[in-house]
Amino acid sequence: MNRANGQTSLGWWRRPASREAAFFYLCVSPWIVGFILFTAGPMLASILISLTSWDFISSPTYVGLSNYQAMLNDELFFKSLKVTTTYTLLSVPLGLAGGLLIALLMNQNLKGITIFRTIYYLPSVIAGVAVALLWQWIFNPNYGMINGILGLVGIDGPKWIYTEDWVIPAFVIMSLWGVGASMIIYLAALQSVPTELYEAAALDGAGAARRFQSITLPMISPVIFFNLIIGIINSFQIFTSVYIMTQGGPNNGSLFFVLYIYRHAFQYFNIGYASALAWVLFIVIMLFTLFIFRFSKAWVYYEGAAR
Amino acid sequence: MSEKNLELNLLTSARRAPQPRSAFLSRKTLLEILRQLILYIILIAGALPFLFPLIFMLSTSLKSKGEVLLVPIRWIPSQIIWGNYYEAMFGYLPLYWFMLNTLKVVLGSLVGDVLVCALVGYAFARLRAPGRDILFIIVLSTMMLPGQVVLVPTYILFRYLHLLNSLWSLILPNLLAGGAFFIFLFRQFFQTINPELGDAAKIDGCGLFGVFWRIYLPLSTPVLATVAIFSFFWNWNNFLWPLILIDAQDKFVLAVGLKLFQGAHTTEFPLLMAASVIALLPCLLLFFSAQKYFIQGVVVSGVKG
Repeated sequence: MNRANGQTSLGWWRRPASREAAFFYLCVSPWIVGFILFTAGPMLASILISLTSWDFISSPTYVGLSNYQAMLNDELFFKSLKVTTTYTLLSVPLGLAGGLLIALLMNQNLKGITIFRTIYYLPSVIAGVAVALLWQWIFNPNYGMINGILGLVGIDGPKWIYTEDWVIPAFVIMSLWGVGASMIIYLAALQSVPTELYEAAALDGAGAARRFQSITLPMISPVIFFNLIIGIINSFQIFTSVYIMTQGGPNNGSLFFVLYIYRHAFQYFNIGYASALAWVLFIVIMLFTLFIFRFSKAWVYYEGAAR
Repeated sequence: MSEKNLELNLLTSARRAPQPRSAFLSRKTLLEILRQLILYIILIAGALPFLFPLIFMLSTSLKSKGEVLLVPIRWIPSQIIWGNYYEAMFGYLPLYWFMLNTLKVVLGSLVGDVLVCALVGYAFARLRAPGRDILFIIVLSTMMLPGQVVLVPTYILFRYLHLLNSLWSLILPNLLAGGAFFIFLFRQFFQTINPELGDAAKIDGCGLFGVFWRIYLPLSTPVLATVAIFSFFWNWNNFLWPLILIDAQDKFVLAVGLKLFQGAHTTEFPLLMAASVIALLPCLLLFFSAQKYFIQGVVVSGVKG
């Protein structure tokens, strides 16, 4: 397994299989070091830190599970769970349906369709702070784009990210702007559905709606499933846009979970509590994912079953 | 448009049923034209919400400070002020400096994401060794781990290594093959290469590393391009990690620099939008010049993942 052994017994070293194995471990050694340093080690440390009370400066004191117990009495913890879940339950289904709808449009064979594909896809390519700055400006109640356009048709738009009632819908709208990413994945799936299936169904007299329901949906269900999982994982981890646009406000109405972790870790220096919160996030995401996996067998169709 | 042209267009548009070569505009062709017309109207109407924010950004970035406060919105600035870009780039809080830092991180990470991950992916795809499959399952499972779980310990680790406030803290994890997704992409791609090519090279005297370097890598331009593009985008946009790991203003990357810029120019919307355009431009250019590889990556991750 390691080189030193091989060099002491020449016979062992000369065998090609052993040399190949040694070379394998040489190749993956950067990953192994990185895994220990940046994943396994920190994970273990994170569990231990979550059992302490610590502020980075004084030495940590062991407090058992009290960080986890403290969450039960933490109103903001529940608020951030509610905010994040509400956002997820709104943005993920809307994104799934919207992405599929656009992909169906993009699957039409029209002249110049590739230009439209690029336009719809473009916003999902860009991300990060610059996009958050843009949307903060778009949601500006007085001079922003949305209320400017609403004003043209006589609607007095809401204050969007500056009022608790509208801040979550505002983030949902912003997330829908990036629906192109899932659209592209749907499109690839739609184009890989064999045309014979549609031809056969058409011969049997199935209409467009029936063909969609009985052929398209089952054939692309694995991709819907994939987009669902990715969508949930991403929306639970939203941070950059919230940090830039609202800092969790107004009245903690956009206190997304990762922002809450960040506050405890790097603003209040409650390192133990922040670590415990991070593990709760991990568990919540895992539970959601497991739940979906559990119920996926009923509606996800894999061609040829074993994959 | 001549009749023949029209027919040709329709022929190329019809995906399944070939058009009957009937007389001038049969009922079926009329319906097809109507269908296409409706589709185009839907497509154009739908494209507006996707385009408007970008146009709004561009138009704001070229306006004067007063003109952005006019109601209704003037989409075309009465006077185009290129100076906004100059001020964002070289004025108070110069973005070019943050951009240089970002470039260092992006290029350093690129080496790790492209070369190191390729080597690791190759090992998982083509080398036989005890424990290989278990290790690969671990690689896959690290993709599921939310980064927040290791946020605090990683911060402590870098403080211990005296790498806080160093751009190396952002590069090092990538040099150590931190991009599990890239390892996965490389492995999947290398598995589609015929192993006999490597065997033949070995018989011709190619060493173990030579097979990877001379045979597999040159055959992998599509996946190399995809990984390079993804790596660029992720590291260019990365915000949470540099926010935590880097405190010194002269070491700020663009993402964190933009946050600082926002604080300094809260209501100077033309400047903020010029800064946003500057930050997004490299990504947009890269996207347009390598759209094929970009979409390939998205699709592979979706359909095969």
